[in-house]
Amino acid sequence: MELVLSLAIGILTASGLWLIFRPRTFQVILGLALLSYAVNLFIVAAGRLRSDAPPIVGKAAADPAAYADPLPQALVLTAIVISFATTALLLVVLLASRGLTGTDHVDGEDGES
Amino acid sequence: MHDPRLLLVVLALPFAGSAIAAFLPARGRNWASALAGTVALAGAILLAGFFPLVSDGQVLRHESPWLPSLGLDFTLRLDGFTWLFSMLVLGIGALVILYARYYMSPKDPVPRFFAFLQAFMGAMLGIVLSGNLIQLAFFWELTSLFSFLLIGYWHHNQSARDGARMALIVTGAGGVCLLVGFLLLGRIVGSYDVDAVIAAGPIIRAHDAYLAALILILLGAFTKSAQFPFHFWLPHAMAAPTPVSAYLHSATMVKAGIFLLILLWPALAGTQSWYLIVTTAGLATLLLGAWSAIFQQDLKGLLAYSTISHLGLITLLLGLGSPLAAVAAIFHTINHATFKASLFMATGIIDHETGTRDLRQLSGLARFMPITATLAMVAAAAMAGVPLLNGFLSKEMFLAEALESQSGTVIDMLLPFLATLASAFSVFYSVRFIHQTFFGPAPTGLPHQPKDAPRWMLLPIEILVLACLLVGVLPALTIGPFLAGAVEAVLGDRTPHYSLAIWHGFNIPLLMSLIALAGGAAAYWKFGPRLNAVERSPIIGRLKARRTFEAVLAAIVEAARALHRWLGTGRLQVQLRLVIGTALVVGALPFLFLGYSPGPEPGTLIDPVFALLWIIGCLCAVGAAWQAKFHRLVALTLIGGAGLATCISFVWLSAPDLGLTQLLVEIVTLVLLLLGLRWLPQRKPEIWPEARKPLMVPLRRGGDLILATLGGAGVATLAYAMMTRPLPETISRYFVENAYPEGGGANVVNVILVDFRGFDTLGEISVLAIVALTVFTLLRRFRPAPESMELPHQQQRQNAFDQASEDRTEGDTLAHYLFVPRIIVQWLFPVVLTFALYLLMRGHDLPGGGFAGGVTASIGFLLLYMVLGTRAVEAVLDVQPVRWISLGLLCAAGTGLAAWAFGYPFLTSYSRYVDVPLIGAVPIASALLFDIGVFAVVVGTTVLILIAIGHQSIRSPRARKAQDAKQPAEGEA
Repeated sequence: MELVLSLAIGILTASGLWLIFRPRTFQVILGLALLSYAVNLFIVAAGRLRSDAPPIVGKAAADPAAYADPLPQALVLTAIVISFATTALLLVVLLASRGLTGTDHVDGEDGES
Repeated sequence: MHDPRLLLVVLALPFAGSAIAAFLPARGRNWASALAGTVALAGAILLAGFFPLVSDGQVLRHESPWLPSLGLDFTLRLDGFTWLFSMLVLGIGALVILYARYYMSPKDPVPRFFAFLQAFMGAMLGIVLSGNLIQLAFFWELTSLFSFLLIGYWHHNQSARDGARMALIVTGAGGVCLLVGFLLLGRIVGSYDVDAVIAAGPIIRAHDAYLAALILILLGAFTKSAQFPFHFWLPHAMAAPTPVSAYLHSATMVKAGIFLLILLWPALAGTQSWYLIVTTAGLATLLLGAWSAIFQQDLKGLLAYSTISHLGLITLLLGLGSPLAAVAAIFHTINHATFKASLFMATGIIDHETGTRDLRQLSGLARFMPITATLAMVAAAAMAGVPLLNGFLSKEMFLAEALESQSGTVIDMLLPFLATLASAFSVFYSVRFIHQTFFGPAPTGLPHQPKDAPRWMLLPIEILVLACLLVGVLPALTIGPFLAGAVEAVLGDRTPHYSLAIWHGFNIPLLMSLIALAGGAAAYWKFGPRLNAVERSPIIGRLKARRTFEAVLAAIVEAARALHRWLGTGRLQVQLRLVIGTALVVGALPFLFLGYSPGPEPGTLIDPVFALLWIIGCLCAVGAAWQAKFHRLVALTLIGGAGLATCISFVWLSAPDLGLTQLLVEIVTLVLLLLGLRWLPQRKPEIWPEARKPLMVPLRRGGDLILATLGGAGVATLAYAMMTRPLPETISRYFVENAYPEGGGANVVNVILVDFRGFDTLGEISVLAIVALTVFTLLRRFRPAPESMELPHQQQRQNAFDQASEDRTEGDTLAHYLFVPRIIVQWLFPVVLTFALYLLMRGHDLPGGGFAGGVTASIGFLLLYMVLGTRAVEAVLDVQPVRWISLGLLCAAGTGLAAWAFGYPFLTSYSRYVDVPLIGAVPIASALLFDIGVFAVVVGTTVLILIAIGHQSIRSPRARKAQDAKQPAEGEA
């Protein structure tokens, strides 16, 4: 599992990086989305891989060893929502820039692509 | 009465007064000055009550925890010395406020002036009363800031702006040095507490870092107190209104450096390096200031250089390091404040009544303003050190010290002569000031006809001059006890025997005084008339400090520009490549040096389904990267595939909350991007000249591919190494163990979000709200590109069909489009909302919560908008996302604040079970209220963003109509 997940994180990162190096705004947005998947998976993996142990405790005294690490999950939960907000902001900024400059190049001017 | 908490009141009063004055109407001159005066007097009266205590040698302290984990407390302390200094700040402050009431023109925004002045007073009190070095540095910076605002008060005036900027840069740079010096000092001592630092003198002086700390702290003190070579800002600061000069540049701001030197004198003084640096700087400043003062043609310029020289004198005394010299320094600090403030005020009156401060134009004013003339003469005599005035006493002490300290160095041998010479200069410029202004023939060609100032404007000067006289004649009875308290507080058991008597017999210091008086007067008699023709001070005038300063500033700016030209780029692609490349190199270095190995933990078995899931996920990711340029819709779909794989992995890896939220956010993001697609230009295959790609293109793409692959490989190996190592002990244990007992919730992730780390979540929803408002504002001014203004193909076809059919009008097909889904979604809407509420309510115990619930609710709105159309939805529903956001933020912050009402820290949550009939025990946690706030913000944000983009499509047809009617499209904004 570790191997599969780390390869998946690596491929998501590589695809995301390739896209954010592209000159067109839409590609950059998609690249950021892929990168955020990779980063979120990485953070969750920092709590190590556990199946069937969601951090939902009973009413009795809880044994931390019996549950997956809740801390990375809390971090990622906020990261998911924030990444939605940044995607939205980026999209709107790029749309506005497209309206103003007439191009969807990331620098607002069409150089060589 | 002797409650140390009163100190807090004394410190807070000026800031409160400043805040009130800032909101007074611009004409409220009387109100603002009365308020400021009351504040200063009230502070002085409160402090006066402490005198019996501090004169006994007690140190009052008020402490409250500030950052206890860093050993920082907010500490106020009061001893004899700081008592005297605060009384100086408040007393002269009150007099300056009275004076400023009459000095300031009603045409100026006077309440603003008093707001700044009081805030400055508060900052100065903050320095004096601080019992903690970091806190002191904070107030130190605050004085720099308010002095900037005060000097630049007449901001329409170029020289005021320049002077303010110069003062800020010089004192601000010194402030940074001071802070670093304090940090070093704190490291040496192990505490930032002033009393602890003072007590640790021997340790500090023996420490290796002593010299560095000393130099840094001295840089701070010297820039503030205008010591050579940082003296040049003070004359330029004279562009400030005269009350500011009287206050900041005689009694307070410039004395802050002196204050610090005296405060830390027991800890830092007494070493060879202290002696060398401080004495040399002081001596140079004393001579240079006095010499330059002689040649000034501007009255305030003369006073400014005289101030520099007197500050140099005090610094010199402190540098000598003997206890008696320290006594003289403290005494002269007070004396200088009284006579110099009164002289500044007198200059202000001359300026006010005649319209000029130019010594070459002024003459014979004594017959027009006899009272001002008399007062100025007495004060100037005190400045010159004439017997029976306070200046004489401290100058006498200074001369005696100059003779006493003989350790054999060149400075010591020259000191008596140089001290006499500087005193003679001081007599020289004092005589010039008085003689040229008040004596001689009546002035001609003045802007105004001179007359004496109003009664109340003279009162502060009278009080100060009376103080000069009283202290000069009866020192032991007037200043004696206060000085004794201050001296004992600083010197402790090293307090020397000193005598405040006027007559010590005919001794050498007296002879030196007499020589200085006679020499200075004779020099004026001989050279005085020729001085009016001098343009700049000889010898020293060549040191063009100001031009050097400007040149250094310009050089720094130019260097920054050059650096930006060489290394900077405005191109995002280059920047990103640099960032990623640097991250790769830095990330690889540790592995190159220390080697890479997977961890010891045995891996968990590979589940074939999981492997298959990620084979698909990775293909989707690579496919999206490949197709994003020409086939956007395909790429979006493929991204969705990768997102789904992520989502399933979260559930697989025991993170149901994440899986749920990711899935919901995925939907919203997809719709968002689909909405955005319409406004992007169509991408056509590149057509290169001569039908071939330039060589650069495959090279660049190849480079990007290598960089991306390396980045991916790096992250993968890092992730693998991390996952195969055992998990170290983290704070997660605490969260799991306490989620139910303390937070009252079974879902640990949710309890962390809304309870343990509620403050972070509050910050996060604020970010969301800001993003939503930014998107909203940006889109209000949005202009779509011209080619994307046309109706979509589908709508064009529908309209064409309507036009072709006889029994239809245009828009009929559109109106009936998606009729069945419309009904279904209308029925579904309440169901979706209920599900959202369910997710919200159960979030504390089961996967769900405010974030997931909020996104779900916004998906409900989204569906409605999609199938019904924007106009139809808004005709029925009142969609007010901005209001939801603000209500949500209020709810979340209010829940946090409510904890204060019960005496708990911000955002402390409370939980218990309530028995509801029929339903049973229901958990009620205040965290739920907080989560409702989160829910409202998330709904508001998501809906606001989506409908802001959605609204664009109903705006553009209207904009086009406006164009058809030959009207500018801007009218639609």
